Amino acid sequence: MSSETKQPFAWHSTLERNITILGICAFIAVIFGGIVEIGPLFWLDNTIEKVKGMRPYTPLEQAGRDIYIREGCYLCHSQMIRPFRDETERYGHYSLAAESMYDHPFQWGSERTGPDLARVGGKYSDAWHVQHLSAPRSVVPESIMPNYAFLANTELKAGDMRAELATLAKVGVPYTAEDIAKANDDLKLQANANGSASELDKRYAKAQVRDFDGKPDKITEMDALVAYLQVLGTMVDVESAAAQEQLAQEKGR
Amino acid sequence: MGTVVTRAGIWLALLLASFIAMVAAKDTPFAIQMGTVAAATLVGLWFSISKVDYGAIAKGFIRSPADHGRYDDEVIRWGVIATVFWGMAGFLVGLIIALQLAFPDLNVGPWFNFGRMRPLHTSAVIFAFGGNALIATSFYVVQRTCRARLALPGVARFVFWGYQLFIVLAATGYLLGITQGKEYAEPEWYVDLWLTVVWVAYTAVFIATILKRSEPHIYVANWFYLSFLITVAMLHIVNNLAIPVSFLGSRSISFFGGVQGAMVQWWYGHNAVGFFLTAGFLGMMYYFVPKQAQRPVYSYRLSIIHFWALIFLYIWAGPHHLHYTALPDWAQTLGMVFSVMLWMPSWGGMINGLMTLNGAWDKLRTDPVLRMFVMSLAFYGMSTFEGPMMSVKSVNSLSHYTNWTIGHVHSGALGWNGMVTFGALYYLTPRLWNRERMYSLRLVNWHFWTATLGIVFYAASMWVAGITQGLMWREYGADGYLVNSFADAVAAIHPMYVLRAFGGLLYLSGACVMTYNIWRTIAVGDLRDEAPLHNIDQHLDRDHPVVAAAAE
Repeated sequence: MSSETKQPFAWHSTLERNITILGICAFIAVIFGGIVEIGPLFWLDNTIEKVKGMRPYTPLEQAGRDIYIREGCYLCHSQMIRPFRDETERYGHYSLAAESMYDHPFQWGSERTGPDLARVGGKYSDAWHVQHLSAPRSVVPESIMPNYAFLANTELKAGDMRAELATLAKVGVPYTAEDIAKANDDLKLQANANGSASELDKRYAKAQVRDFDGKPDKITEMDALVAYLQVLGTMVDVESAAAQEQLAQEKGR
Repeated sequence: MGTVVTRAGIWLALLLASFIAMVAAKDTPFAIQMGTVAAATLVGLWFSISKVDYGAIAKGFIRSPADHGRYDDEVIRWGVIATVFWGMAGFLVGLIIALQLAFPDLNVGPWFNFGRMRPLHTSAVIFAFGGNALIATSFYVVQRTCRARLALPGVARFVFWGYQLFIVLAATGYLLGITQGKEYAEPEWYVDLWLTVVWVAYTAVFIATILKRSEPHIYVANWFYLSFLITVAMLHIVNNLAIPVSFLGSRSISFFGGVQGAMVQWWYGHNAVGFFLTAGFLGMMYYFVPKQAQRPVYSYRLSIIHFWALIFLYIWAGPHHLHYTALPDWAQTLGMVFSVMLWMPSWGGMINGLMTLNGAWDKLRTDPVLRMFVMSLAFYGMSTFEGPMMSVKSVNSLSHYTNWTIGHVHSGALGWNGMVTFGALYYLTPRLWNRERMYSLRLVNWHFWTATLGIVFYAASMWVAGITQGLMWREYGADGYLVNSFADAVAAIHPMYVLRAFGGLLYLSGACVMTYNIWRTIAVGDLRDEAPLHNIDQHLDRDHPVVAAAAE
C-alpha cells in the first residue's frame, strides 16, 4: 500500500510503540466503571440510611459470625431475599440495605445450594439448630449439608473480642468504648443460662441471653453460631406500620 | 561473596521474623501458616549459603536442555510443570466437592467439609492453574514477540516461587479455616500483602522486557497481558483493603461492609473473570492460535476495537451479580446494560481467533492441538453469549442462586480457559524441552475428546439442574400456595449432581492423559509409535532474540 494512503487506526501505532502511554490508557479505560458504580454508594441516602432497630452484633453473635465465615457457609447459603412473591413467602420480607450495614464483609452469597438465611432468626428453636447442624439429615432427610457436630464439642476460642470490636469500630461499626471494654465479659454473659439480659440489653437491644447449645457448663462454637443464626433478620421490625410506611416512600430500589 | 552474605542475611531476617510470628501467634492456624513461611525461608537460606549448585540439580531434575543463549526459558519450564500439577490438584478437588454435593457423607469435617474445600477448588483452578499458565505463557510470549531475552531474570524466578508460596499459604489456610469470607478473594491480609509484592515484581519483569524489545511495535497479545496485570493489581488492592485484628493473627476486618462491600466485591469478582480469565487468556490466544494455525491474526483493526472496548466495558459488569438485591436499581441496570454490550467485544475476540484459521481449516482434521484451540474459542463464544443473556434481569431472576450459574462458569472455565491452556501446554512442552513433538499426538486427541465430552456432561446437567431449581422455587399451585419446599428442589437435582460429577471425572481423566503425555515428553523424550498426525514445524532456528544473549 502506498504511503500516501491514510491508514485507519494509524494513530494507534503511537500506543503500540510506547508502553507507558499504552499502560496509562489501559488504566484510564478500566477505572471509570468502578468510580461510577461504587463511589455514589457511599453517600446515597438509601444505601447509608439507618433503620430503626439495627444494632451492631453482640460479641457472641460476632464470634458466631466468624465461625459462619470460617466454615464457608456463605458458599451455599445466601443472606439476601429478593423482592419476589415466592421469596418473600418462603423466607420473609425482602432484605434491606440497612440490614447488612454492619456486616464486614457482607454475606449476601451467590448460591442457594441451601436455603436463604437472611431471616432465619427465631424461625426454629435452638435445639433444632443444634440437632440440624450436628446431623442435618436427621431433621431434613433430603439435605446435603455437611455435619457440623464438631462445633458442639469445640470450646469457643474467639480470642480477644475487644480487639475485634475495636477493629470493627475503626471501619465504622458504632460500638461504644464501653461495648469494646466489656466485650469479653459480654460474650460470656450472653451464653450463660443464668445470666441476666438487662446488662446486655442496655447496649444491645433485644439481645438473647441463654445457653444456646444445651451444654450450660461450657461455651462452645455451637453456642456462638446458633446465637448468630438466631439474630439474623430479627433486628428490624419490617412488619411494623412505621417501617412499612418508610419503605413505601423509599425511592430508587 | 558479598551478595551471598546479603542474600543469606535477608533470608535469615525473614526466617527470624516468621519464627517470632509463629511463636507469638494469637491463633493456631496463623501459627501453622507462619511455620510454613519459616520453612520456606529456611529452604531459601539453605539454597543461598550452600555451595551445591541447586540450579544445576534442578535443571537436571526437570531435564532442561542446555541454554544456547536464545531465550530465558528455565522459569517457563517450571511454570509448565506447575500448571500441570496445580491443574490436576484443582480438578481433583473439584471432582471431590462435586461428589460431596451428590453424596454428603463424603464430607470429612472439619478440614475437608465442602465449605472449606470449595475455595480450595476455585483458588486452585483459577489462581494456581490459571495463574501459573498466565505467568509461564506471558514470559514466553513477551520474549518471542519482543525478540528480547527476559529482563530481570532473578526477579522472574522470585515471581514464580513467590507465587507458589502464595498458593500454598492460601490453600492450606482454607483447610485450616482462614478466610476473609469473600468469594475468590478468600486469602487473609498477610497473604494478600505477599501477593501484592509478587504481582508488582511480575509486572516489573513484564514491562522491563517490553522496554528492551527489538521490535518497534508491541504485539497485541502483550496489550492483553498488560491490561490484565494492571487491572488485577487494582482490583486486588481495593477489594482486599482490610484492617488486621492483630498483626499476629489471621483475622482481618474488611474495610467495606454491607451494600458497598457487595458492590466492591463483585466489581472485583466479575473482573477476576474479565481480566484474569479473559484478558490474560486472550493474550495467550493471540499468540498461540496464529502460531499453531501458522496464519497471521485475522484482523488488526478488529483487535484494536475489541481490545479497548473489552477492557472499558468489562469493568462495569459487576452489578449483574447483585440483581434484585438491596443494591440500588440504577447500579443494577447499569451492570445489565454494560454486560449486554460486552457481548460484542467478546465475540470480537472469538471472531478474530476463529477467522485466523482462514485458509487453514483443513488442519483441524489432522492437528489435535489446533482443534483444542478452536474448541476453546467456541466455548469462549458460547459462554460470552450466555453471560450477557443471564445478566438480563428477567433471566437472572430465574437463574440467580441456582446451578445454572455454576454451569455457565464451567463452560467458560473448562471450555475456554482449560482448553486454551492445554493447547498452550502442548505447544510449549516440545519446544521448551527440545523435542521433535509431543510423545503422542494421538493421546492429545484422546484428551480433546474426553475433555469435550466432560464439559458437555457438566454444562448440560447444570443447566437442567439450575432451571429445575429456579422453576421449582417459584412454582405456585392452583390453591395459591408454594408447591415445593426447599428440600424438594434439593432432592430433585440429585441425579444432575451425579451426572455433573461424571462430567468432571471425564475432564479429570483427560487431564491425566495430558499429564502422562507431558511427563513422557519431558522425562523420557521418546516418540510413540503411532499413525501420524499433523505436527507443525517448530522453526527452532528462528527462535532467538535479535540480539543474542550470552548463555548462562
